[in-house]
Amino acid sequence: MADLVCENLSMTFTNPQTGAAVHALKDINFTLKKGELLSVLGPSGCGKTTLLNLIAGFINATDGNAKLGGRTIDAPGVERGMVFQQGALFEWLPVSRNVDFGLRMKRNNPKENEELVEKWLDIVGLQGFGDTPTYQLSGGMQQRVALARCLINDPEVILMDEPLGALDALTREKMQSLVLELWKETGKTIMIITHSVEEALLLGERLFVMAPRPGRVHKEYRLPFAERGLQESLREIKHDPYFSEVREEILTMIWDMEEEIMGRV
Amino acid sequence: MFEWLSDNRASIAAVLILVMTGTFVWSIVVGRRQARLTANDEVFGDPVRTKGGWYWAVCGVSALFLLWSYYSWGVGRAYFPNAANEMCQIAKLEEAVSPIKAALPIGSRYYKSTLLASRNSDQLDNLEAQLEGTVFSDAEKSELLDVIGQVRELIANSSNPANMGEEPKAKLLSLAERLNELSSYIHAGPNGLTPSDEALAQPKWGTTFTEIPILPITERGMLFDAASVEAAEIAGAFNKIRNKFSANDVLIDDIKTRIEALKEINESGEFDELERANREDYVKAVERIFKRLDDGLIFPAAALEDVDTAIANLDATARDAQGGLRFADALFFPGPGIVKSRTQCTEQGPARWLPKPTDVVATFARLANPDVESGGGYRGFPLLWWDWLPIADVVAFFIPDWIADVWPGEYASHGPDGTITPNFKDKLLAFAQGDVSLGHVPMLDGHIWDSLFRVLVALALGIFLGVPLGLLMGVSRFFKSFFDPLIELYRPVPPLAWAPLILTIFGIHDDGKIFLLFMVAFAIMVISARTGASGVLLSKIRASHSLGATDRQIMWNVILPNAMPEILTGTRIAVGVCWGTLVAAEMLAGTTGVGFIENIARTVSDYELIWVTILIMGILGLVFDLIMRWIIQRTIPWRGMG
Repeated sequence: MADLVCENLSMTFTNPQTGAAVHALKDINFTLKKGELLSVLGPSGCGKTTLLNLIAGFINATDGNAKLGGRTIDAPGVERGMVFQQGALFEWLPVSRNVDFGLRMKRNNPKENEELVEKWLDIVGLQGFGDTPTYQLSGGMQQRVALARCLINDPEVILMDEPLGALDALTREKMQSLVLELWKETGKTIMIITHSVEEALLLGERLFVMAPRPGRVHKEYRLPFAERGLQESLREIKHDPYFSEVREEILTMIWDMEEEIMGRV
Repeated sequence: MFEWLSDNRASIAAVLILVMTGTFVWSIVVGRRQARLTANDEVFGDPVRTKGGWYWAVCGVSALFLLWSYYSWGVGRAYFPNAANEMCQIAKLEEAVSPIKAALPIGSRYYKSTLLASRNSDQLDNLEAQLEGTVFSDAEKSELLDVIGQVRELIANSSNPANMGEEPKAKLLSLAERLNELSSYIHAGPNGLTPSDEALAQPKWGTTFTEIPILPITERGMLFDAASVEAAEIAGAFNKIRNKFSANDVLIDDIKTRIEALKEINESGEFDELERANREDYVKAVERIFKRLDDGLIFPAAALEDVDTAIANLDATARDAQGGLRFADALFFPGPGIVKSRTQCTEQGPARWLPKPTDVVATFARLANPDVESGGGYRGFPLLWWDWLPIADVVAFFIPDWIADVWPGEYASHGPDGTITPNFKDKLLAFAQGDVSLGHVPMLDGHIWDSLFRVLVALALGIFLGVPLGLLMGVSRFFKSFFDPLIELYRPVPPLAWAPLILTIFGIHDDGKIFLLFMVAFAIMVISARTGASGVLLSKIRASHSLGATDRQIMWNVILPNAMPEILTGTRIAVGVCWGTLVAAEMLAGTTGVGFIENIARTVSDYELIWVTILIMGILGLVFDLIMRWIIQRTIPWRGMG
């Protein structure tokens, strides 16, 4: 029962000079069951990243709480793996040392580490790249390393902060398939923050569209595309009429929010 | 081998200069050809236009070498190895006739007699003008006026050719004749003159500290040398001639008596102190002028005409007799040439302070010779060599004496029979003081090593203390705010401004200099480590937290490697600054080191040695930087790629 539960989760930032309060998040409530794949979408400034940082434990909520498997989250931990937009790899280490970083910090048996590194490099499609310096890898490959580095720790939840945002369209599509494969194979709970509506639809078994001021969940969807993506080609799914319908609906929703932010309504 | 090279340095330079001239021309040809190839491909301002171009580097280096050779007279010595010796003989003649020339409008603008007459007349006029306002009585005033008139008469008498006695006239005439004979002797040329064996055995030009062999080694040199002896005699005789005659003798006696009488009044009269002082000053001023004129040094201008012509004649003859040497002098020996002083001939102009390239190499080779007994090294200490270092000294360096002091028990005292049996505490003290034999290890030694050692120790201390503090300051508000004011207060002070204080506190030995350099290195390392630590991307830190790393592990595994480029760049800067500071600190105090050598060389004006130390420092600085660049390339290939 390692469910991720948020109860009235709120975050208020106070400007230290003016004392003005900004409600980045207000009363977020949801339960993410083990093995669910959630994608979070919303206009800039709606608190997507704040939500992720709260769950990761990098910052502490001003009100309410988030729990994983019944334990309240108050600090970063290995059970919640992170994947960042730019990989955040350690460029002074080769690929394999990046991947087993978490294991080495736990002082795991080096031999066992070696086997696990092999296994995970194989899974993310980087076999033979163990000794390559990370700065020689392309953006997509760097993200694969980041995924492997996160998964080798066997976390309960994987939190991804716009993991594919900096990749070109083709690489992005391949990586989306990889994420779905990993989700299926490992059965991990995954939470993805993204800017791309298509990506959110393709990857999100559940989808939150968030709204700003204060940051809140505006609408929730349950979508069949992630399941279908495991069998079908992602490109075909994009031509599905239902897919297009939902996409247009969400785009209109976000467009309106942006207009509102800019004060045009 | 070294001796042979040293003796033939002029010939070696001749070959080198030819090679360098060839290289210079060749590099320009290559450069121009290359420029024609690429001229159409690159627009002005394209950074590619600065790439490559080794041939221009060759051109620059050879141009520098040629310029250096030219202005240091290296070219002159290479192709005219005897020129300096001949120019020295000519300088001897010049020196010998200089007393005569000084009295004539050849050496200066006016006759010396003209200057004497005009200056003293001016001063007499001034005195006369002042006389009205003085405290003297009217009678005394008219007396003084009279005396001044007599002194004027003295000048007038001496200047009149009619008054001149027969004896000085005859002497001047004979001197003019002797000078003319000397001219014809020089004009006749060096017939059958051969240099002495002693002269031929002299060391070659530039091979010793005396630089230029003083005895003539060529026929032409012999001629000028012999002429200079005769000229010196003539000049001696000239200096003895006085323009004295009876009319002036009487006048001189009279003025003397009258001045004495005036002085007498000044002393015996009833004057207050100020008045007496004023009276004495005035009379003394008159007397001073008189004393300058009573020894017959003023000659009528007409009386000196013969000598003047003879000297001009001698100059012209000497110039002709120099022949081709004059052109060599003008072309290849920039500057005022060679001057003979009392005991030696010296190079004047740029060659005085700019040693010839081959001489610099020879001096360096002499210094680099590790065999101190045979004249190598500097001040009995090699430049860079090795020696056996007692291990006990190293141990004693790390174990302080107080460890023995605080050890329980007492030191042994002498027993009833006067002998001392050392106990354990005594032995511990001997250990801490290095008074034990633990064997030896080979260790580098010498002036350069001493300098290097100071820099390396200070740098190591700076890195091992500065980097941790800098990293902590990069991650902790307390460390940043607590130490920032301290470091920012002492860091901007130029290291040399600290030097007098630090050297006073720590003494002139290594500790003072090491501490000074440590201060320099420490500040640089703290600042660079701090910049590196605070520049870590937040996402990397967050990623490591999520991967389960503890704070200490993040410090060691993420922040330190991430700050590595800044730390290494800081080290590179610290090496350079330490090196610069060290040399200056060694110049302030010390008994070894490259800066010490330069300081001593400065006090004895040994320009060759100064240049050698400058070159050593330049080369070592370059080596340091190359090593650091190599290390940076090897250790942080990811720099700028993260």
